[in-house]
Amino acid sequence: MKPIIRVQNLSKLYRIGGREAPYQTLRESLVQAVRSPLKSLRRNGSGADGTIWAVKDVTFDVQAGEVVGIIGRNGAGKSTLLKILSRITEPTTGRVELYGRVGSLLEVGTGFHPELTGRENIFLNGAILGMKRDEVLRKFDEIVAFAEVEKFIDTPVKRYSSGMFLRLAFAVAAHLEPEILVVDEVLAVGDASFQRKCLGKMSDVARQGRTVLFVSHNMGAIQGLCSRAIWLANGKIVGQGETNRVVAEYMDMIGQDFTVPGESDAGSLSIQKVFLKNEQGDTTTNFSFNRPLVIEIHYCARRRIEKPYFWISVSSKFGPLFAASMLLDDMRPDYIEGEGCVTCFFERLSLLPQVYNVSMGVRGNDGVSVLMKSTDVGVFQITSTPEDLGFRGELADTMAWDTSPFVIPYKWYLSGG
Amino acid sequence: MSPNNTAPVMGVTVPVSPGFAEAEKRPLLPDQPIVTIEPGKFWVALDLRGLWAYRELLYFLTWRDVKVRYKQTLLGATWAIIQPLFTMIIFTLLFGRLAGIKSDNIPYPIFAYAGLLPWTFLSNAITSSGNSLVGSANLVTKIYFPRLIIPSAAVAAGLVDFVLAFLVLIPLMFYYHVSLSAKLMLLPVLVLLITMLALAVGLLMSALNVKYRDVRYALPFLIQLWMFVSPIIYPSSMIGGKLKIFLTLNPLTGIIENFRASLLNAQLNWSSLAISAAITSALLLYSAYSFRKMEKHFADVV
Repeated sequence: MKPIIRVQNLSKLYRIGGREAPYQTLRESLVQAVRSPLKSLRRNGSGADGTIWAVKDVTFDVQAGEVVGIIGRNGAGKSTLLKILSRITEPTTGRVELYGRVGSLLEVGTGFHPELTGRENIFLNGAILGMKRDEVLRKFDEIVAFAEVEKFIDTPVKRYSSGMFLRLAFAVAAHLEPEILVVDEVLAVGDASFQRKCLGKMSDVARQGRTVLFVSHNMGAIQGLCSRAIWLANGKIVGQGETNRVVAEYMDMIGQDFTVPGESDAGSLSIQKVFLKNEQGDTTTNFSFNRPLVIEIHYCARRRIEKPYFWISVSSKFGPLFAASMLLDDMRPDYIEGEGCVTCFFERLSLLPQVYNVSMGVRGNDGVSVLMKSTDVGVFQITSTPEDLGFRGELADTMAWDTSPFVIPYKWYLSGG
Repeated sequence: MSPNNTAPVMGVTVPVSPGFAEAEKRPLLPDQPIVTIEPGKFWVALDLRGLWAYRELLYFLTWRDVKVRYKQTLLGATWAIIQPLFTMIIFTLLFGRLAGIKSDNIPYPIFAYAGLLPWTFLSNAITSSGNSLVGSANLVTKIYFPRLIIPSAAVAAGLVDFVLAFLVLIPLMFYYHVSLSAKLMLLPVLVLLITMLALAVGLLMSALNVKYRDVRYALPFLIQLWMFVSPIIYPSSMIGGKLKIFLTLNPLTGIIENFRASLLNAQLNWSSLAISAAITSALLLYSAYSFRKMEKHFADVV
């Protein structure tokens, strides 16, 4: 059958030379023009330095109505791929055929103007996203209702709370009706209820038979929404197929190799490895209900850092769930210097069989300055079945994926009829 | 009460998926791809159809610029009038009185204002469209639409100020007893021409600005130079000899001279108008094509 998206040998080369700013000044260009004949001689055609293939030889088809998840570590090329598909940037080689209109949502709230009112922004943003004016008019009430901002619709959005702003921005984008919807990590922002709302809307969109390409670090959301997954690493497809299988492979893979993508600040501290271990001390991504989780953070401090605060946070598709934070408990080391390891022992994972993400960060002695922060240091899942947890309801298998995952032991007491 | 033993916590409606693919509606796919994405060829089309499809965006961006420009200012849209009006007053004192520039038997204040009106529009339009792409970096890197729309909207927003400033001209014309003539019919054409000229320079500058931030600094300076080599303070009749040719090749000359003539019922100069129209059209075509050619790198370098 003919696909709605056909991607063939797509590649994108970025130049990332040591330059601080990506743009040039005229003088630099002129100097370069004079030098470049010499340079190309010197370089002898190797050409490898200062460039990176963000996407390399990517080929895949998407059938109409499919919901495809794209997974991979930070810097794997997911966002670049989406940018090419949304025609924001041009591929270096390869070809994409799109047999439908594409709407893309790479960021929530792009093009909103703080000085304009909610009403004005709906029309402006609608136009930016490619909606016709009467299309916006037709959906106006629906958008406002979805965003729950009826009372403030004529207030400038700069007076909105961040939650209201996000809801409104997502609401406009969510009412786009293209045949192909391309969505980047929009669930990374906002609180749990916002994320839940987004996910609900996304699955509505999917059920209407539209084609969706969806990037997320949230394996739970990917498994909940997508029928197929594509796994990218270093710009190449390393796995694709049925979602659960690809996600499982991906998690096994990153379970073995937890090099943390460096978001560390100023180079004073880097996180080298993060291990998730079970009570036996084995590194794994599969954990059992009510058993311990051990997180080992191997760091390297390039200078003496006084009393840093480490924190670890675990989240699911419903948002942040629980954390261990030295900001709360003040169990800080007096100082760190050189290589070392911080271990955190979570006593019991009272969680339903879903997928969970681990993020972490380190703050300086003042509790404010961020020494490093990464939203993607680990993924694990609870492999116990609902039955192991004592849930024997008919729908337990499906509901376990769909409900907020905390389990606190409870009992029902029935009285009367 | 019947026992309820299912989910321990609040249910949420995120359906478990596989099987979506077999959803009810399956759109019929066109035979030819709607969009083909490939690395750019050397020759690019202007893509006027794409531009037309996004005409509402042009409207909304213009409307946004106009709406936002004078927010939180005390004087609001009066600023559109203040700028040319006070420039005119100062020019009258400096060049009309002190330097005694002859203005072809037209009172100097209205002579200057009729020249400053299109000039103020042009310089403001070029400045704001020149900086428009860099200022909209977040749009450029996150959403696709024809990029030509961003600098075009900046020029269009300038037209609103132009209309406001034009209103001041009416009492001035009354005061100096300027008689109206059929030459006024040429006015729309001249406004179109100067808009095209603003667009031509604005497009080129905005695209260059993305790559070379020098433009931001060079632009105000170049605009100032341009004013002195155009017949705004002085009439072109004042310039003679070899310099005359350069003045004629300046596309602004024909526009300003005839703008003034059609308003103030003076002698039209058809040949300079024809030269201006030709140069402006060629310039616009050239900069629109260059813009399209540079466009594909915008998202990567902005």
